[in-house]
Amino acid sequence: MGKKTLYDKLWDSHVVHVGADGTTLIYIDRHLVHEVTSPQAFEGLRLAGREPWRAASMLAVADHNVPTTDRAQGIADPVSRLQVETLSSNCDEFRIVEFGMTDLRQGIVHVIGPEQGATLPGMTVVCGDSHTSTHGAFAALAFGIGTSEVEHVMATQCLLMKKARSMQIIVEGYLGRGVTAKDLVLAIIGKIGTAGGTGCAIEFSGSAILGLSMEGRMTICNMAIEAGARAGMIAVDATTITYLENRPFAPQGELWNRAVTYWRTLCSDEGAKFDSVIRFDATTIKPQVTWGTSPEMVVAVDDRVPDPSKEVDPVKRKSMNLALEYMGLEANTPITKIQIDKVFIGSCTNARIEDLRAAAEVVRGKFVAPNIKMAMAVPGSGLVKRQAEYEGLDKVFIEAGFEWREPGCSMCLAMNADRLEPSERCASTSNRNFEGRQGLGGRTHLVSPEMAAAAAISGHFVDVRNF
Amino acid sequence: MDKFIRMDGLVVPLDRSNVDTDAIIPKQFLKSIKRTGFGPNLFDEWRYLDHGEPGMDNSIRPLNSDFVLNQPRYRGANILLARENFGCGSSREHAPWALSGYGFRTIIAPSFADIFCNNCFRNGLLPITLDASSIDDLFVAVMATPGYRLKIELEQQVVVTPSGMTYHFEVDAFRKNCLLNGLDDIGLTLKYVSEIKEYEERRKLKEPWLFV
Repeated sequence: MGKKTLYDKLWDSHVVHVGADGTTLIYIDRHLVHEVTSPQAFEGLRLAGREPWRAASMLAVADHNVPTTDRAQGIADPVSRLQVETLSSNCDEFRIVEFGMTDLRQGIVHVIGPEQGATLPGMTVVCGDSHTSTHGAFAALAFGIGTSEVEHVMATQCLLMKKARSMQIIVEGYLGRGVTAKDLVLAIIGKIGTAGGTGCAIEFSGSAILGLSMEGRMTICNMAIEAGARAGMIAVDATTITYLENRPFAPQGELWNRAVTYWRTLCSDEGAKFDSVIRFDATTIKPQVTWGTSPEMVVAVDDRVPDPSKEVDPVKRKSMNLALEYMGLEANTPITKIQIDKVFIGSCTNARIEDLRAAAEVVRGKFVAPNIKMAMAVPGSGLVKRQAEYEGLDKVFIEAGFEWREPGCSMCLAMNADRLEPSERCASTSNRNFEGRQGLGGRTHLVSPEMAAAAAISGHFVDVRNF
Repeated sequence: MDKFIRMDGLVVPLDRSNVDTDAIIPKQFLKSIKRTGFGPNLFDEWRYLDHGEPGMDNSIRPLNSDFVLNQPRYRGANILLARENFGCGSSREHAPWALSGYGFRTIIAPSFADIFCNNCFRNGLLPITLDASSIDDLFVAVMATPGYRLKIELEQQVVVTPSGMTYHFEVDAFRKNCLLNGLDDIGLTLKYVSEIKEYEERRKLKEPWLFV
């Protein structure tokens, strides 16, 4: 038998049928559902008189529209409220487990899946959300789908797919102090570009990746989509298994032992061939800050805003000029001279307990700079929030002048009330710095939780390594 | 799904790379629980001068006359000419719903983001990938020629210019067949019900914890 990559193993174990042209019916083990991309799929099921194939494979939660302020007040925006209520009524009708807005387990869908053990190694995991790639950190084949595909999975438990190309990104060495998984993945995207992984399933490996916690690995796989990849994944090791033990949806007892035995095989075979291989040296990576309107527009914190006049490719030059105009930045400005207005610590990229701990350590005993209009910390789930409060992190943030909020997607995409005003500049731990992403005319700089925290205290970007 | 066999249409050029789905349809319009009605808010933040919200009367909102879709010569365009990595970002199918709601049936670009590309095919919208130099030539031609139209023949997989020049494009055979015949994926997959059930029985033996 040939040597297989992790992706080959995950793909092969889910093949139901292969068509003449290679179009393959792939079985889906876990279907995560949120309120924004599901209502039209449920409606399609109803219109066709279909039932979910396996409702037990589904787990639903409202996260995009939910307020991060007092939940007892409900949702003020009637359009948002209807969408959240529609999810609940659909879940009731089709007998799907849903964590409601006041459930302690509610949170960002990509935080709660792993937290509950609903994401397990060897699974195929889908969700109508591009950041589903997050779950690949558990050696799962996880990817985002559109609403038609959401309906397709509901109705058939399968998806029609063509196998992607395989890419291996090997990161060796150790990340320096103050340099995080977020900086690593931003540096990777800066190097390969936002279309660098298009059509690929990326496996991240090497000593720097194995040295990361599950939280850090999820941050890496979460942003694989920002490199254009169909999926990101990391092999199973002791870190993976330790994280999953005793999670509510994880197997218990004898089944746990059987599962672990199988999971340990979920890594690429020695000598397995990838379509492309890219290597990075972790020791050279510095804290990163995006300067433009695409995650690939990123530099190290000790660098300057790039100069479009030095770019030879006219299409790239044009997008750099458009980005600088939108961001209100001058070429060659040192990154540490950029003043900010707001700080957002949260999102499916960086709202896990480890992220909150790291940011809290930076702000402990300090106070946000006077030019900061608002700094907010938004935990990724109710359970993350409870853990943070148990450790006293809420008090650290509040005493430093941060707002401590209820869990949800919040200002990552500003579908709820949390947003930037036009021309406001934000240090954000989220994943997209697109135009208008955090509010019409808002200007987003993507950074790690530590860098966002340090920027909050300083009022401008600073190198957290010297903070 | 409507069939897509051939079309002849007016082309509008959108000359920027990495056009993301947040730009195609901003998040406030994703609160709808319907599949239709997104066309008037396609490229909302570029197309209008004010801030758009669901429920507004779009016909009385101030238009950004600099934005290419608002230029009179491109009124009624149904082919969008775009740059690399079109449709990157969020998986929202509202993006192809907005594009087709506006009237687009074809998008031509040097590359597309994967999820967006998939979503297009499921909504009768044809994403055509051509090499960067052909795209450059088309941008020059469309900008220089008011009323510039292209013909698309899906069966032959060609884009035909007004002068009769053709560009061949690749398209997945399965997706092509679905478009040509207006086939619904779910109906096709449900032909394999017994295979899906057999697969499930095998998995239950091998990984029983997934089916508890």
